[in-house]
Amino acid sequence: MIDLTTTYLGLKLKNPLVASASPLSKDLDNVRKMEDAGAAAIVLHSLFEEQIKLESHELDRFLGAGTESFPESLTYLPEVNWYNRGPDGYLEHLSRVKGAVQVPVIASLNGISPGGWTKYAPIMQEAGADALELNIYDVATDPDVTSAQIEEMYCDLVREVTFTLQIPLAVKLSPYFTAIANVASHLERAGANALVLFNRFYQPDFDLESREVVPRLMLSNSYELPLRLHWVAILYGRIRAGLAVSGGVHTAEDVLKAMMAGAQVAMMTSALLKHGAGYFSEVLASVAAWMEDHEYESIQQMRGSMAMRAVPDPTAFERANYMRALNSYTLRMSR
Amino acid sequence: MTRPRVTIDGNEAAAYVAYHTNEVIAIYPITPSSPMGEWADQWSAERKPNIWGGVPRVVEMQSEGGAAGSLHGALQAGSLATTFTASQGLLLMIPNMYKIAGELTSAVIHVAARTVATHALSIFGDHSDVMAARSTGFAMLASNSVQEVMDLALIAQAATLEARVPFLHFFDGFRTSHEVSKVEQLSVDDLRAMLDEDLVRAHRARALSPDRSVIRGTAQNPDVYFQGREAVNPYYLSCPTIVQTLMDKFARLTGRQYHLFDYVGAPDAERVIVLMGSGAEAVQETVEHLVARGQKVGLIKVRLYRPFSVRDFIAALPSTVKTIAVLDRTKEPGATGEPLYLDVLAALQESAARNKKDSPFSVTPRVIGGRYGLSSKEFTPAMIKGVFDETKKPKPANHFTIGIEDDVTHTSLTYDQAFSTEDQGTVRAVFYGLGSDGTVGANKNSIKIIGEDTANYAQGYFVYDSKKAGSVTISHLRFGPKPIHSTYLIRQASFVACHQPGFLERIDMLESAEPGATFLLNTPYSKDEVWNHLPRAAQEQIIRKKLRFFVVDAVKVAREAGMGGRINTVMQTCFFALSGVLPRNEAVAAIKRSIEETYGKRGEAVVQKNFAAVDRALDHLSEVSVPELVTSTLEVGVAVPSEAPEFVQRVTAKIIAGQGDNLPVSALPVDGTFPTGTAQWEKRNIALEIPVWDEGLCIQCGKCVLVCPHAVIRAKVYESGQLAAAPATFKSAAARWKDFKEMRYTLQVSPEDCTGCRLCVEVCPAKSKSEVRHKAINMCPQAPLREQERENWNFFLSLPEPDKATLSLGQVKDVQLLQPLFEFSGACAGCGETPYIKLLTQLFGDRALIANATGCSSIYGGNLPTTPYTANGQGRGPAWSNSLFEDNAEFGLGMRLALDQQADYARYLLLKLSTALGEGFVQEILKADQSEPNGISAQRKRIAILKQKLEGLESFEARDLLNVADALVRKSVWIVGGDGWAYDIGYGGLDHVLASGANVNILVLDTEVYSNTGGQMSKATPRAAVAKFAAGGKSKPKKDLAMMAMSYGSVYVARVAMGGSDTQTLKAFWEAEAYEGPSLIIAYSHCIAHGYDMAYGMEQQKAAVQSGYWPLFRYHPILAKEGRNPLQLDSRPPSIPLEKYVYNETRYTMLAHSDPEAAKQLLELAQADVKERWRLYENLAAQALAGALK
Repeated sequence: MIDLTTTYLGLKLKNPLVASASPLSKDLDNVRKMEDAGAAAIVLHSLFEEQIKLESHELDRFLGAGTESFPESLTYLPEVNWYNRGPDGYLEHLSRVKGAVQVPVIASLNGISPGGWTKYAPIMQEAGADALELNIYDVATDPDVTSAQIEEMYCDLVREVTFTLQIPLAVKLSPYFTAIANVASHLERAGANALVLFNRFYQPDFDLESREVVPRLMLSNSYELPLRLHWVAILYGRIRAGLAVSGGVHTAEDVLKAMMAGAQVAMMTSALLKHGAGYFSEVLASVAAWMEDHEYESIQQMRGSMAMRAVPDPTAFERANYMRALNSYTLRMSR
Repeated sequence: MTRPRVTIDGNEAAAYVAYHTNEVIAIYPITPSSPMGEWADQWSAERKPNIWGGVPRVVEMQSEGGAAGSLHGALQAGSLATTFTASQGLLLMIPNMYKIAGELTSAVIHVAARTVATHALSIFGDHSDVMAARSTGFAMLASNSVQEVMDLALIAQAATLEARVPFLHFFDGFRTSHEVSKVEQLSVDDLRAMLDEDLVRAHRARALSPDRSVIRGTAQNPDVYFQGREAVNPYYLSCPTIVQTLMDKFARLTGRQYHLFDYVGAPDAERVIVLMGSGAEAVQETVEHLVARGQKVGLIKVRLYRPFSVRDFIAALPSTVKTIAVLDRTKEPGATGEPLYLDVLAALQESAARNKKDSPFSVTPRVIGGRYGLSSKEFTPAMIKGVFDETKKPKPANHFTIGIEDDVTHTSLTYDQAFSTEDQGTVRAVFYGLGSDGTVGANKNSIKIIGEDTANYAQGYFVYDSKKAGSVTISHLRFGPKPIHSTYLIRQASFVACHQPGFLERIDMLESAEPGATFLLNTPYSKDEVWNHLPRAAQEQIIRKKLRFFVVDAVKVAREAGMGGRINTVMQTCFFALSGVLPRNEAVAAIKRSIEETYGKRGEAVVQKNFAAVDRALDHLSEVSVPELVTSTLEVGVAVPSEAPEFVQRVTAKIIAGQGDNLPVSALPVDGTFPTGTAQWEKRNIALEIPVWDEGLCIQCGKCVLVCPHAVIRAKVYESGQLAAAPATFKSAAARWKDFKEMRYTLQVSPEDCTGCRLCVEVCPAKSKSEVRHKAINMCPQAPLREQERENWNFFLSLPEPDKATLSLGQVKDVQLLQPLFEFSGACAGCGETPYIKLLTQLFGDRALIANATGCSSIYGGNLPTTPYTANGQGRGPAWSNSLFEDNAEFGLGMRLALDQQADYARYLLLKLSTALGEGFVQEILKADQSEPNGISAQRKRIAILKQKLEGLESFEARDLLNVADALVRKSVWIVGGDGWAYDIGYGGLDHVLASGANVNILVLDTEVYSNTGGQMSKATPRAAVAKFAAGGKSKPKKDLAMMAMSYGSVYVARVAMGGSDTQTLKAFWEAEAYEGPSLIIAYSHCIAHGYDMAYGMEQQKAAVQSGYWPLFRYHPILAKEGRNPLQLDSRPPSIPLEKYVYNETRYTMLAHSDPEAAKQLLELAQADVKERWRLYENLAAQALAGALK
């Protein structure tokens, strides 16, 4: 019997396949389907720092617009005693998901700045989250802010969140750091129990006809996986924090590669959006079949087996590999 | 027992009792009673129980007539039922009220008494509505204050159960319905104690039930009807005693003793005023003041007006009374006197006849009657003193008026305006705010804080604007240790706050500041700079009255706190600090508590920004050291330009300046007829930013002109030579028209009329090639541009209007050049209705009659001081009128009938006079093709010649033809209104008019709610949207009015959305008008009640069309006659999910926030509705056969 179990954020998981934060988890039926198909844990969609504030401000603005000005219409919308705003709705959904599934549920907070909104972290804990994922998604547009300041702000944020938290914390990062290894190690010291590599940035697109900037949601594909493999393989064994691969995990092969690079779990979103919440079972079956074919007994056995420190030629992960790749390309071209 | 002290308004007080003591509540919105229905609906949605534990069933009806009908039915079936209404609404209930009373049915109707429309509509308060209902057989009980509203609502409920006579419980609209006051709230135990359970059961037992079958509502004949009518007498005879007994019971319960007629004043009073309603409070204040100064005066407050107990009335009067002045807040033209006056006369007469030998009075009192306070006209102690002074005269005036100057029939009394009874121990604070800055909301909270956190009595009253954009609000707050009876505006303020520095230049607000008062100004200037920026009158009064003067840059504080333009909490904090009503720390804590209470449910971020504003406010508050000399030369006031017409100068200008109260009777038209085109004289300068044209980028498409809700952005094409006289900054570009190649084009903005809504900028398709955010029009600060653009605008207006004959009026590009005859209305900034009305006037305004249903469009279309409909250079423009809410289609049909009749008569006369006029000429007129603008223009010329010819003829026929000749030019009748009218209250009439085949054009401005009364649900409200009366989201789909109209087969029907397709909209207007039968255009109108930034209104309209929610189509009966499918779909199949459209709007998202499950379900159903309807329309439009839809 092949042992697919793994441990992530101190949680014993039945296999390394985790549903990452996506709109799928907003729907209770989808969550149930994912569990049924074999997902070992569910990361809920994110509660956005900006969204919490924005929803409040918008609600305030539009409920207040035009009021108390004209004698016949002192308000325009009915007074409702309770709004299920970002946090309330999220927490309620979290409790419902917890009630509906057996697998661990990881809540997700998305924000960048320390401040009042991090108070939702302990509330998520109270609402039953088994762990928390802190998604740091920032577009640093201010030319006067240094990378050191930004990294320090992230560490402060992690410290602030972990200060009030008993459950484990994962930090989801972007790949856009000059010194990822250093950032990883600082975040770990600030309190992160695991790092999720990496965030995908939803970059806007241009509509040429209307000349407008339009949001563009492009699903990931397996081509995005190597960047994750690369960094997991580098970090594995160098930091104590656990590692998760997120972005570009589409097939059983992708999962196996992630494990071999040193990840504890592989997270999926785009593949599920493409194939449906039940896709997990297909991937899991293939993972097991591959392991069987190749006589692997457990996930544990393969974890980190191809990490930087485990491969015969670590330069494959370093600058040398870049030259080699270029050379092989030019050589091929010149033939 | 201690009862909670709550600070609420009259409407809430009435609704509180009505809700708790009833089981079925039928509602319909009408100002100023709508909030009663809204409270009931909200509580029912919250599942709040009544005193018996059930949750009252609240149902919105299609009209007040409908509400009364269902009330009658609910009562007949044994429920305790109620309704709320006012004014025309009460009039619509009258037929049922006769029935309810005739059948001795226990029920209470709560009325916020409001003026009935006569020469004009008025939303304000007087007794003309309740007096119109006095013959229905309902008992009538008047409340004079918010506390009394709560108390007497209960007494009425208890009394109706015992007396079996239904009650009309009324209080003054706005003055009481909207006054916020500290009252003692009756407990549920109080309510239970007053209502006898046996009587409740008896009411149920009288119900119609098949289990004990009886019949009610029979038809009777001369033999028995009369006797049957008299059979009710014992109930009316015993009613007053029942009411008094319950009043006594109530007094034992609460300590507040009421009487059928309450006397206040000197026990030996010789002069007594009799009245009812809120005015009685002001009279009480005056009487107490005068009695304390030794005057023998008194007051009778009439509480139970019907049944009128002569015995109790006589008993209430002091025996010493010599003169009685009866004041009526209504007018009955042609009567021998107003109703209460006549009742008093009759009572005294009857009493004297009965007690010939034993008169209770030392001398027979003489009685005079007068009118006061119509349409919430102020009723002050000075006026009351004037009435008392009149009663002293040996020959006092009778049938007088007080509070106005009647220089025509000289009914008005003169009085000493300086007389005041304001209590010096009461703080009197007046705040001038801008509607959007939150001043009123903050002041309501302040009154609540003072009322509930201190021992003070507190009162708040708010005066609003007649315009919906850039409106001025004035808050009047009183508080102090003594009970407050001052039911009039503050005239001597101890605190004046100006929340918008610009108002100082327009309003002499320090006129009301008493010596030593505090003046707080929000200004960007520091305490050292501000003095030189004040108008002369302000400086002079600050010095002369020794005012303490404080400044705060509230805008800066608010902006820093993230509050944007909402300076309310900053100003509120300063007010508390300066008034000293609470220690500062306590005040700040109380303000924060109230912020949490008000905004907590909107989210922490909102609370925090308000807190930040509070915390920073006092650091920026500073006292100005007042100089000794007046240095300013700036005068206060809004000048109307000298070129304005005489009427505007003499009358309109005064109303604009807030001096309308000073206009004498002679200044006003006798029949409600006013000149048009007056909005142009009221330059409101409310836009902080205005659009500025980049002539280099502009493609001259005309979209901005089309969508501008206020007609402030206009285009003209003209000969280049005209530019010789242009101001230096006047812009132009080569006209991009094939036919106008050598001409110039200008897009011009009226800087002082623009509301800054940005619709034009958002709709502009032309973007800079090197910086896409820069468009052909861009918003820029108004102030630096004002002078220059005013000059440019005036020059632009002087350029010639185009010849319609040279334009292709089927395209938006050319329509932009047509003069709008609807401009600068008081509609909301970014209004979605007015672009359609403006278009109507551009295309047909010079020959249009408009019947306008009551609602937003009648308010921004016809509310004084200035109105937007105007005339062209030839003096032709829309003839506009508003009849009622419910009858508009019929009103418009009447216009059509009259026009047709006149045209027939004119044709008859033409034929009769054909020899004299020339047969060929007559035939030319009779056979003229007027289907195109050119044909109409030619006919006008013929009629002008005809008139000349007729001038030379001497005959009856010639004179009559001269009189009706204009009817020979094709007229266009437009019936305009909102969805509340078309889908609900006016639907029966609308349907009838559609069926009539008459040539009328009906424009439904569909905002999907009752916008004017604050966003109540109509049958046009879409499924899944939240609206008032549908707080849980509307569960049923929108009525398909278009489909209903199409079912006739003979009605032209179009569904349009300007933002979806402006060309289709234009096409529909042309086709509808050209069709010689009834036409219906249903126009998607975005609205402030939808809850998003209206700058994106057109984008939302587009999304509505793209989602398939609002399919565009035209149904043209002519096509069916030609063997073609009359239905043409003008929009493509749904290309975006409904969610993408609806979740841009708070009316939908608030449900997703408040009840996500319900929102999800309703959205699914709504999406299914869209699919299903699209499928249906697609199928219908695909049918090939003629008349397929018949």
